[in-house]
Amino acid sequence: MEGSLLEPILYSVKAIAILDSDGNRILAKYYDKNVFPTPKEQRTFEKNLFNKTHRANAEIIMLDGLTCVYKSNVDLFFYVMGSSNENELILMSVLNCLYDSVSQILRKNVEKRAVLESLDIVMLAMDEICDGGIIIDADSSSVVSRVALRNDDIPIGEQTVAQVFQSAKEQLKWSLLK
Amino acid sequence: MSGFKRDKKEEEDGGGNPFQNIEKTIVLQEARIFNETSVNPRKCTPILTKLLYMLNQGEQLSAKEATDVFFAMTKLFQSKDVILRRLVYLGIKELSSIADDVIIVTSSLTKDMTGKEDLYRAAAIRALCSITDATMLQAIERYMKQAIVDRNPAVSSAALVSSLHMTKIAPEVVKRWVNEAQEAVNSDNIMVQFHALGLLYHIRKSDRLAVTKLVARLTRTMSSKSPYAVCMLIRIAAKLIEEEGADSNSPYFDYIEACFRHKSEMVVYEAAYAVVNLNRTTNRELAQAISVLQLFCGSPKPTLRFAAVRTLNQVAISHPAAVTACNLDLENLITDSNRSIATLAITTLLKTGAESSVDRLMKQIATFVSEISDEFKVVVVQAIRALALKFPRKHSVLMNFLSAMLRDEGGLEYKASIADTIITIIEDNPEAKETGLAHLCEFIEDCEHVSLAVRILHLLGKEGPKTKQPSRYIRFIYNRVILECPSIRAAAVSAMAQFGASCPDLLENIQVLLARCQMDSDDEVRDRATYYSSILNRQDKSLYNNYILETLQVSVPALERTLKEYTNSNTEQPFDIKTIPVSVVSKPDDHEVKQKTEGMLISSGPAKITPSREENFATKLNSLPGIQILGPLFRSSEIVELTESETEYVVRCVKHCYTHHMVLQFDCLNTLNDQLLENVRVQLDTSEGYEIISDIPCPKLPYNETGTAYVIVKFPDGDLPNSIATFGAVLKFVVKDCDPATGLPDIDEGYDDEYMLEDLEITLGDQIQKVSRANWGSAWEEAESTFYEMEDTYSLSSMNTLEEAVINIIKFLGLQPAERSDKVPKGKTTHTLLLAGIFRGGIDILVRAKLALADGVTMQLTVRSTDESIAELITSVVG
Repeated sequence: MEGSLLEPILYSVKAIAILDSDGNRILAKYYDKNVFPTPKEQRTFEKNLFNKTHRANAEIIMLDGLTCVYKSNVDLFFYVMGSSNENELILMSVLNCLYDSVSQILRKNVEKRAVLESLDIVMLAMDEICDGGIIIDADSSSVVSRVALRNDDIPIGEQTVAQVFQSAKEQLKWSLLK
Repeated sequence: MSGFKRDKKEEEDGGGNPFQNIEKTIVLQEARIFNETSVNPRKCTPILTKLLYMLNQGEQLSAKEATDVFFAMTKLFQSKDVILRRLVYLGIKELSSIADDVIIVTSSLTKDMTGKEDLYRAAAIRALCSITDATMLQAIERYMKQAIVDRNPAVSSAALVSSLHMTKIAPEVVKRWVNEAQEAVNSDNIMVQFHALGLLYHIRKSDRLAVTKLVARLTRTMSSKSPYAVCMLIRIAAKLIEEEGADSNSPYFDYIEACFRHKSEMVVYEAAYAVVNLNRTTNRELAQAISVLQLFCGSPKPTLRFAAVRTLNQVAISHPAAVTACNLDLENLITDSNRSIATLAITTLLKTGAESSVDRLMKQIATFVSEISDEFKVVVVQAIRALALKFPRKHSVLMNFLSAMLRDEGGLEYKASIADTIITIIEDNPEAKETGLAHLCEFIEDCEHVSLAVRILHLLGKEGPKTKQPSRYIRFIYNRVILECPSIRAAAVSAMAQFGASCPDLLENIQVLLARCQMDSDDEVRDRATYYSSILNRQDKSLYNNYILETLQVSVPALERTLKEYTNSNTEQPFDIKTIPVSVVSKPDDHEVKQKTEGMLISSGPAKITPSREENFATKLNSLPGIQILGPLFRSSEIVELTESETEYVVRCVKHCYTHHMVLQFDCLNTLNDQLLENVRVQLDTSEGYEIISDIPCPKLPYNETGTAYVIVKFPDGDLPNSIATFGAVLKFVVKDCDPATGLPDIDEGYDDEYMLEDLEITLGDQIQKVSRANWGSAWEEAESTFYEMEDTYSLSSMNTLEEAVINIIKFLGLQPAERSDKVPKGKTTHTLLLAGIFRGGIDILVRAKLALADGVTMQLTVRSTDESIAELITSVVG
């Protein structure tokens, strides 16, 4: 049993990925330089992972020496990977946070098209959840509050007159230019 | 028309994906818009998003491209748009490792980090730390310290996490922030607490006392609100228990136990995991942890069930009895919809199961084995293998089960693992041999995997002749000759020849069959058939032994290399196979075996072909001056430690044996960071007869690096008994004091110093290469007339069991046991150990040791060798 005690380090997440219904990468981030260092290896792993998970809705799988927890909705698959000795519940909490954050950002409309439309915000959210393998925050509402929703997402009543005017002007200009 | 169709298809596929078909050149072109004087966030945001998306997809930028786009991006700092600014931070982080001169944005980021806008500050810190190097860190140190204790939790967390990243490049600087981290640990925010604890532990981890204090304080004061921080604390406490060897009364244990009652499942699991993995867990704590895991087994959440079963599976290896309490729960999990969980449950059950429950378990597995994927089946097969080794009496049930699995559909890996298991069972359990071979015969009748069929045919050729009724296997083998592809036919021919050589009464029939094979359409098959049939025609025992029953003894990569060299050189001399080093008998890798039996679902990539250890040494040694004339490397010994492991200098020795010489390789490690060693050499005090040929020192040995010095000695001429000797050894070197930080010496002049090493022994085993004889018995018989024989009787009074004696004899003589005679059957008082090897210079040795147990072990040793003096040497050194 030598060495199976967990090292007290904060680097618990090896990778996070969001794939579409064909197993293609929408966003993915690998945090450990020793785990799939090249894009090619990463792709192969993702394909393999997708093939093993897209049919069975089983939440957790061990693959290539990693524990992968996952969750899917409509045409999206969310994955969080950690070492095979990592506390699975910690990984699960990260996955839940990722999913809930995306869900709140997209107003419960969790599908590929919506993610691509708000890709910038989703990227920011991923960055707020995990930095270099360390969990920064696992509370979705706090993550969402930090990624600063878009200006034009603020209900019109809360915008100042100047802002409304500005955006109207902007839009008019763009429609004329088209 | 077709164009229209494609458009439609694309529309369906992409769903209007704005990021489809983006190209690097176009995106980089578009990014030029960042350089415009007034920044338009509406235009820039999508372009920057596209750029980040492209990088995330794995697109590689050259340093030039990256630098250009990085500088363009810095222009976006003019904009006040929050999202754009945050995306710029992301971009900085992505490009920091590729682009040049990234420190240009330091001031902008420092401004954001200390500014008023909270949405910028945290992210700015993290971006800043990604572009900072060790020297720049000093400049922002003040801001970092402030940020760590900032009231805004996001800022504090970001600073702590970044500090932890920075410890990799500037540990000394980050160490100075320990007071700030200390303050942050007391924060109310759960994440800040977690990050601060991580940083604090990282800074302090080499200082055991400080860690003890930290844990003692935090276990009392830290609120249990933050599950992550508590998990971290449990890990630290567990590590302390392990390091200090604390017993179950220690406060750390109390803390971990208290965590069993924590409200977060994450913490409860972490505590249970820590307890079961501690070496010093007592039964009471273990029982508590197991009951927690048992509870999790019934959870509706798959992850929790998975975690519990995975941990129980680990426990089953070390404390199988403790897990039996959960057997009922585990049996319920066999039908779990998550196949990972189900498989782990079965393998756990197989590990803990008693002999009486084997039949029931096998029945249960049989019900669902067809539903699971190959990968899991392999795990199940491995568990069955472990079970078969544990309960040899159950072999018939298990064997039947395995053969049923063999008949099912399945891929090569799966089939190979079943065949492997059957072969292991056959080798381990003589009773199972006949049934096992019968199952395998049946399997090759209908086997679509060529490599597997070849292996089984080889096994049949090896084991078949020794069974009671060898003739029954010949039909199976000959059937292959009629029905299969060339490589299988060739293997079948070889297998038949083995029968012909070992069973005289079958020889005639075999000759007829081989004659038929000589009409084969394939060259290889015809060649083999002709070759074997002409050897069998000679009716000469020694030819049989050397060319049919024995396999090639030389190392194949070396043979390949030497043959290539031979064909390239224009020499008249015939090729001499004796010049090739004998292959090393590979030991089964204990570690690998252990890994496999753990039943973890780790599918690893294809095994890389690594050159053997000997090959590696040979290439390394060949680069030394004056070594080529010594001839080929004969054997390299195991590593011998010549110092204690924690001294100032660590020296290890590997003894490389050549025909008349010995090359001693000394790997030295300097563990003093304020010393630079030069001209490091080992002075040997050789014993009589030995001659030091040359001495190759290691010119320079900086701190924490391993350097190698060599000494070449010549064995005593014609004086074998003296080749077993003990040398005194002293490490000599020139010391230069140096600055620990830079490693540069303070002064040019060093002083001579020396360091006593432990004595180095040259043993008999160092001069003997192990050789595995497939057919030891016939080699022994043949040697009776041609070899010199010596015999002696010894009393080994220090040994108490036959096993112990066998292990020690093998170790002492350095010979390879043959025909599995190294395994002593239980309950016997006599045993015969059969050994084989080659002495340097290519002299064959065969040794038979008859052991009897009675107040210590009595041994009758018979040595047969082609050289009389070597036989004498072996009998004389024992005793």
